[in-house]
Amino acid sequence: MKKGGWGDFVFKNLTLLFALSIIVIAAGIFYELWINSALPRQAFGFSFLTKSIWDPVAEDFGALPFIFGTLVSSAIALLIAVPLGIGVAIFLAELAPRNISNACAFLIELLAAIPSVVYGLIGVFVLVPLMRTAVQPFLIKTLGFLPFFKGPAYGVGVLTAGIILAIMIVPFITTISREVFLSVPVALKEAAMALGATHWEVVRLAVLPYARSGIAGSVFLAMGRAMGETMAVTMVIGNRPEIVASILAPGYTMAAVLANEFTEATSDKYVQTLIMIGLVLFTITIIVNGLGRLILYKMSAHGEVH
Amino acid sequence: MELTAYRRRLWINKLAFTATAFCAGITLSVLFFILGYVTIHGLSALNWNFFTQLPKPVGESGGGMANAIAGTFKLIFGASLVGLPIGILGGIYVAEFGKNKTGFFVRYAADIINGVPSIVMGIFAYTMVVLPMKHFSALAGAVALGIMLIPIAVRSTEEFLTLVPMSIREAGLALGLPQWKVILRIVIPTAFRGLLTGVLLDLSRVSGETAPLLFTAFGNRYWGSGWLNPISSLPVMIYTYAVSPYEDWHRQAWAAALVLLIVVLITNVGARLVMRRQVRVS
Repeated sequence: MKKGGWGDFVFKNLTLLFALSIIVIAAGIFYELWINSALPRQAFGFSFLTKSIWDPVAEDFGALPFIFGTLVSSAIALLIAVPLGIGVAIFLAELAPRNISNACAFLIELLAAIPSVVYGLIGVFVLVPLMRTAVQPFLIKTLGFLPFFKGPAYGVGVLTAGIILAIMIVPFITTISREVFLSVPVALKEAAMALGATHWEVVRLAVLPYARSGIAGSVFLAMGRAMGETMAVTMVIGNRPEIVASILAPGYTMAAVLANEFTEATSDKYVQTLIMIGLVLFTITIIVNGLGRLILYKMSAHGEVH
Repeated sequence: MELTAYRRRLWINKLAFTATAFCAGITLSVLFFILGYVTIHGLSALNWNFFTQLPKPVGESGGGMANAIAGTFKLIFGASLVGLPIGILGGIYVAEFGKNKTGFFVRYAADIINGVPSIVMGIFAYTMVVLPMKHFSALAGAVALGIMLIPIAVRSTEEFLTLVPMSIREAGLALGLPQWKVILRIVIPTAFRGLLTGVLLDLSRVSGETAPLLFTAFGNRYWGSGWLNPISSLPVMIYTYAVSPYEDWHRQAWAAALVLLIVVLITNVGARLVMRRQVRVS
């Protein structure tokens, strides 16, 4: 062994120990969720995912309304946030002068730093009244013939949650997309310009196709974030475990039911059922995040960004 | 004929870019609206009592959130003790020794933890700490937040250590220093600003978390003493007060939101300024 070998041995293995503990924790989260949801898994099996009963008194549970609410509210959030976030990113990367672009990017990242409970507070006292008095009555009047916009204007509801979520995930999409846009080779853009393309056509024909996978990756990461978001959603979605077509109606998400009912769950089976919902949520977000990272990783393997 | 087609393309060009500017305008105004609204409503409800008094019982007006402010800092301190050693030392491993399968799996595990919804992290801390001890505790809250610190700590440590040029390491090794001394005395001091930025950003992200505290640290109307009692925190207080039916509690929720926002944003902006200065120097 060379000089200092003993110290190196200790240092390397000490850091290795801490590094390995990260793997242990990641596995431990899944393990704990799994063993602590044994009761409902034996009682309901896979029907837990397809039933829409939620009856704590009779201890009969199904997670479908929560899965539905999580998917629909995240989908609405993406419908709003993806065009908005990409629009901002195009503006910052293509139109704004570099120093303004940097300042704006700095500010937009602040949006991601605002705690979700503060979004919830704004949601409860600003967005919900606005939805109840203006937006929802308008939607009912103009689009009320569609099943998606039926029913009374509660203010709270799936659409309201989707809007709040959209604001929260825009920074994720914008930050990553802007970086990808800025990394598009100048030669590619110049080629399009040399063919006589207008600036927008350069964006459409050279920049966007090149950045497609980066955008897709950022969308998946934003979706994973939206599905796991708890406080803001809990405060504005209305917390009613029903499956209805109307996005104006109150709904419920997996994260929200955990936040609301966990401390009130009395029996073991009730608590374990909630933990099982946590397991379902965990699994779905892992898959979505994994896909997002895979896309971004594949892209960087081709020699772009990160 | 050709001229009109060209004019149409120019028109589309203008329209499309106006739309993107509009998107940026909307997003930035939402940010300014939120900051402004919280500031106005927070300031009007904020007074000295807020920082010095305990919450008053339901029905009595006044009182403050001194315990929640202290509780938030205590939880962040505890979380740092739990999460930062694992994150930073793990990050050192990944950066300095991790060009192998183990390094890959550690990075992968950190990514998984990063993606875990914060409420699920609360469940994990609940089953690990609350269930065996049979009651809510500050410790459980610190564990939940601490684990949430790990992924960003690993990632930023790795990122900033790999930025240190290989030649500096080699210079140290050529002088006969053992590798551990090179890392501790040369590489880490060189990357110190970056590491500090990473840690501060990490803390700012976690200090606003509510969901993992709901059934771990729970909440407390009084000073929670020690690590084994439930403890109050600003985010949880904001939530409880916001969904309560009392006018006076709503006012206090705005005050708490302003205080929390200031803490989070100062840490966040401060962290990014530290890094900006380093970039300019080098």
